[in-house]
Amino acid sequence: MAAKRFWLIAILVGAVFFGLSLLVPNQYYFQAGYVVLQYIVLATAWNILGGYTGYVNFGVAAFFALGAYSSVALYKLAPLPLPVLILIAGIVSGVVGLGMGYLTLRLRGAFFSIATLAMAVVMQTLITNWDYVGGSRGAYILRPAQVPILGNYIVYLFLIMLILAVITIGIARSIERSRLGFGFAAIRDDEQAAEAAGVPTLRLKLVATTLSGALMGMAGAPLPYYVTYLDPASGFSLSYAVNSIAMPLIGGMTNWIGPLIGALFLGTIQQLATVTISSALNLLIVGLLLVGFVVIAPNGIVGLFERVVERARGRR
Amino acid sequence: MKRVLCAWFGAVLLLAGMAPLTAGAVEPIKIGFGMALTGGLAGNGKAALVAIQIWRDEINAKGGLLGRPVQLIYYDDQTNPALVPGIYTKLLDVDKVDLVISGYGTNLQAPAMPIIMQHGMTFIGLFGLDVNHQFHYDRFFQIQPNGEDPSISSIEGFFQAAMTAKPTPKTVAMVGADAEYPKVALEGARKIVKQLGLKIVYDRSYPPTTVDYTPIIRSIQATNPDIVYVASYPPDSAGMVHAAHEVGLKATVFGGGMIGLQFASLKQQLGEMLNGIICYDMYVPSTTMNFPGINEFLAKYQPVAKEEGADQLGFYLPPFAYAAMQILTQAVETTKGLDQGKIAEYIHATEFDTVVGHVKFAANGEWAKPRVIFVQYRGIKGNDLEQFKKPGTAVIVAPAEYKTGDVEAPYSAIAH
Amino acid sequence: MEVSLDLLLSAVVAGILLGGFYAAVSIGISISFGMLDIVNIAHPAFIILGAYAAYIVNSTFGLDPILTAIIMLPVFYLLGAGVYQVYYAVFERRGDEALRGLAFFFGLLFIIEVGLVLVFGVDYRFVEAPYIGPTFRFGMVDLPLRMLVPFVVSMVLVVLLQLYLSRTFIGRAIMAVSQDRLALQLMSANPGKIKRIAFGISIATASLAGAFLIIIQPVEPSVGRDYIGRVFAITVLGGLGSFPGMVAAALLLGIVESITATFYGPSWSPAVAFGILLLTLAFRPSGIMGR
Repeated sequence: MAAKRFWLIAILVGAVFFGLSLLVPNQYYFQAGYVVLQYIVLATAWNILGGYTGYVNFGVAAFFALGAYSSVALYKLAPLPLPVLILIAGIVSGVVGLGMGYLTLRLRGAFFSIATLAMAVVMQTLITNWDYVGGSRGAYILRPAQVPILGNYIVYLFLIMLILAVITIGIARSIERSRLGFGFAAIRDDEQAAEAAGVPTLRLKLVATTLSGALMGMAGAPLPYYVTYLDPASGFSLSYAVNSIAMPLIGGMTNWIGPLIGALFLGTIQQLATVTISSALNLLIVGLLLVGFVVIAPNGIVGLFERVVERARGRR
Repeated sequence: MKRVLCAWFGAVLLLAGMAPLTAGAVEPIKIGFGMALTGGLAGNGKAALVAIQIWRDEINAKGGLLGRPVQLIYYDDQTNPALVPGIYTKLLDVDKVDLVISGYGTNLQAPAMPIIMQHGMTFIGLFGLDVNHQFHYDRFFQIQPNGEDPSISSIEGFFQAAMTAKPTPKTVAMVGADAEYPKVALEGARKIVKQLGLKIVYDRSYPPTTVDYTPIIRSIQATNPDIVYVASYPPDSAGMVHAAHEVGLKATVFGGGMIGLQFASLKQQLGEMLNGIICYDMYVPSTTMNFPGINEFLAKYQPVAKEEGADQLGFYLPPFAYAAMQILTQAVETTKGLDQGKIAEYIHATEFDTVVGHVKFAANGEWAKPRVIFVQYRGIKGNDLEQFKKPGTAVIVAPAEYKTGDVEAPYSAIAH
Repeated sequence: MEVSLDLLLSAVVAGILLGGFYAAVSIGISISFGMLDIVNIAHPAFIILGAYAAYIVNSTFGLDPILTAIIMLPVFYLLGAGVYQVYYAVFERRGDEALRGLAFFFGLLFIIEVGLVLVFGVDYRFVEAPYIGPTFRFGMVDLPLRMLVPFVVSMVLVVLLQLYLSRTFIGRAIMAVSQDRLALQLMSANPGKIKRIAFGISIATASLAGAFLIIIQPVEPSVGRDYIGRVFAITVLGGLGSFPGMVAAALLLGIVESITATFYGPSWSPAVAFGILLLTLAFRPSGIMGR
């Protein structure tokens, strides 16, 4: 019941948001919005593994770039509509996520993080040496300037990312309220105790790595169409990993709303900073925000908010 | 630093809509671009920015463009292609700039292309490799003097020069970084080597994060090549030169497409180790490249660059960035307006006289005639930067038009 | 390509020298991450800071970069102790260091990087020293001094630190802190203080590692990022907190990179190196020499 209502509301919010954005007369907000939405998907996807089960994935770039490169490969193979590409990218990245899960089952804490980092390096080397998708030379993707009904292609990309964001958030939220979510939380709190209590930790972890990987890959799939030129160095950029970790941290990691808020907040600030401050100070903001937030608000914006609410209640 | 802060405050003021517009002042002509001011390509990005700012100050001192003051609106693309679409849409849709130029480098130009094309803007690229070969956009121009087929023309001079060495080379080893430019350069080199009937004895690439290059050079040495062709970015160029020096590379000709040897910092660091190396370049002080205005430009550029921490010599990108602005100026002033179609048409039809010499564009926007030069470093002593500001340390060995000396060979016999 | 003896020998020697440099870069992480459980992802940024310190002193006073680094050791030690103080007060005391601590260091990484960009610009920097350039030749192998000098100093550093940890009271306390905090308290040592000293030492090593880095290659503010993967790989591969293991892993990584570069094409060397790490983690998570 509640889930149904949530989906309805989410779709409605998405639709209203999109409708409103169509009223904006210029393309810039679609461009910037696309990036922010992409980070919402990435942050939420990261949080399914990182926030819910407590396994910190450093290899976000690997899944993201894998999604992007599966689009490039398919683009060269046969022209398929973007939603199909996204679906395939999701499957590819999901399978890799499953593989990573199997390989790193025994690893905990920082070891797991470093294994994911290593995987990203191996993946980048493979892509760099794979000439079919452009290799180190990079690949050009030509996109149509217009799409029917929507007009500009960027509006189409924006819409697709918006739908993806709604779906991702919906998935994250329904996990939270399901037995799966309770299992994840048990792993996060005390994996050994959970296992002793009969929680199938192994299977749950695999579900989390697969799902998280698949969603990250889906976020990456439209990237080649957004930048039109993709080379491994930019596809595997460190900034994707940093942002995907920073956003849930800043927003709050215990529920679905945290990464959403974090991504909206940090993503928007970054977009603004790019076109206002526009110097090295830009990166400084990310650094200062990260340090500032983990110092002042250890449970993110959501935690801060909860604290304020609690205090207000206490007074009453 | 001060400039950065100024720019920052300026931007903040603008954003708040508080930019004090003096009453009755003419609306400025806004020129927009993204530029790498941080990240891997920032060294050149910063240098280009200094050059463009010099141009702006000059034109404003002369009373502006079309009688209107020129205002630059630029954003740091952080050497991150994913930011570029946003930046150019902002420039065109929100800032409503009148003219655009590109940022530095291929992967920061290509992402801007679809947006530029949609708005029908004339677009001058600052050093990209064959960006237009997929887009076929007739208002795109490339200021890097690569010629119509960049994958060949930026390389063939090296091999022409190499073939004049005695004893005549028969074998080639080629190596490059796993990145866009080296990849293209190596592909071109393979074609040329085939035409020349040389035998390839080594053909590999390496990751740009490599720390020690001596194993690569030793491995190359083991194949006993006559020519060693390297296509690399600044850190690996330095690594390769160090390694060649340390291993005692025996080859008739060594060099090729090593980005970075053109920059003051690497020249200064490598010093005498450069002697004997043949490498591509864009401009070096010499009697054959004494273009009108170039010395005046460099005299203005060098002190500013030193203060900004940008390339102190400014032989590579800055004169070309300045030349791009000269071309744009002439096009706007002659067509007496900002009609992008007319500007592009004019640029296509005209031969320009710039600080980097005569520039004429081909149909695809590249230079109609390639003008990459190949220099051999000679007689460098110590690490003093001043010696590079005079002709002599970099002898132009190809093409014939700019030649100031013959190739000295073999590389291993030259003291370095 | 045929495998000739002298090529193989040269490749191994070059790998060992490179490994020595990697050891110097990783030793700080081996202390902070391996012994103190602090995921200091900003360590490479501190190394770049060390490189710039060597650069400033070298370019203004002409002082040898390694000597400069040794003089700067106390400064970096204090810097590290200060950073730890903040880290302790904000995270460790509250007991939520794992992920938030990581974000803290990520933030620090950016702050240091941008600080360097703002002060020095983005141009490549380098140092001058008499051992950059010449090469020793012994029969079939040659030893470039540019790699040899950092190797030797790095090995001295590792041995000294190992002696310090195993022979002195504070050193033993540092080793103990990673294993049993309660026992340490019973020994009437303050774990916070011990950890502060240890973290100070770990950052102090960045001063030397930075000097080595700028001797080996030109440096600009963002090159530190290239080392994040490598240093953590080495530390984990070596088994956390074990210096001999870390050195073995560093040498292994150096030799693997060098041999792949010589015989199979350098392009694949990161995949080989990190593939080894992945397999080690999957099948022997305690590292090659772990307990």
